Amino acid sequence: MTVISSNKNPEALSLTLVAEFDAGVERVWQLWEDPRQLERWWGPPTYPATFYKHDFVPGGRASYYMTGPEGDKAHGWWEFTSIEPPRKLQFNDGFADNDGNPTGEYGTSHATVTLEPLGERTRMTIQSIFESEEQLEQMIEMGMEEGMKEAIGQIDSILAEHANA
Amino acid sequence: MVVDQLRETETDRLFQALADSTRRDIIRRVTGGEYSVSGLAALYAMSFAAVQKHVAVLERASLVTKEKRGREQIVRGNHEGVQEARRLLDEYEQIWRQRADRIARILTEG
Repeated sequence: MTVISSNKNPEALSLTLVAEFDAGVERVWQLWEDPRQLERWWGPPTYPATFYKHDFVPGGRASYYMTGPEGDKAHGWWEFTSIEPPRKLQFNDGFADNDGNPTGEYGTSHATVTLEPLGERTRMTIQSIFESEEQLEQMIEMGMEEGMKEAIGQIDSILAEHANA
Repeated sequence: MVVDQLRETETDRLFQALADSTRRDIIRRVTGGEYSVSGLAALYAMSFAAVQKHVAVLERASLVTKEKRGREQIVRGNHEGVQEARRLLDEYEQIWRQRADRIARILTEG
């Protein structure tokens, strides 16, 4: 995998990230289409995602939760606004309560996923647009807090090794 | 929903604030450095009160900050808002980089 570029626009609260993969477009599309494959990469290892609903059609919804190390669950929903297999996918993304109902809190973010063939490889472009900083902050906390702690823990142990050397 | 209406109001506020050329000009100036309200008022062919109103609109939209210094009111571009957004986007980018790593790993399984 290569991350080719990222472009951030803080005024517009948007992020565009381009990554390339060693697989064809159809294969990469499956990672979005098939909830069992999707949940293997959406959440970090310490916060794995479970998609209990994945109505992968235009206007359809997905419901998922991520389970934290303490068993805590963070619920979210998607609404697919556009699906053009195997090249383009757009969805809204928001938070849900423990029953999976959208809370309406913090607004929704909008994601556009584009897959382009590059010979045998695939270029995936993700654009995320947020409505508010609060929402973005929540998004990060939900998806990342534990991953960050782990990463920081690793840095600490590396630093400790060097100190002893 | 109440929350949606609130958000709508904030968005309206932002776009209304940016919909005026004098206000956009004020933002450009105070992003480069601070100005007093009277300093700004000297730049435009309008009353002090009118400029003060423009500044108030920008302040409500969180595009500028205003603070009293002695008898003057000092206006500055709200860099903090932009910087905070940048920091959050950096973190969000890390989430996507990690997801891309996991996708790549799944794809190597064939």
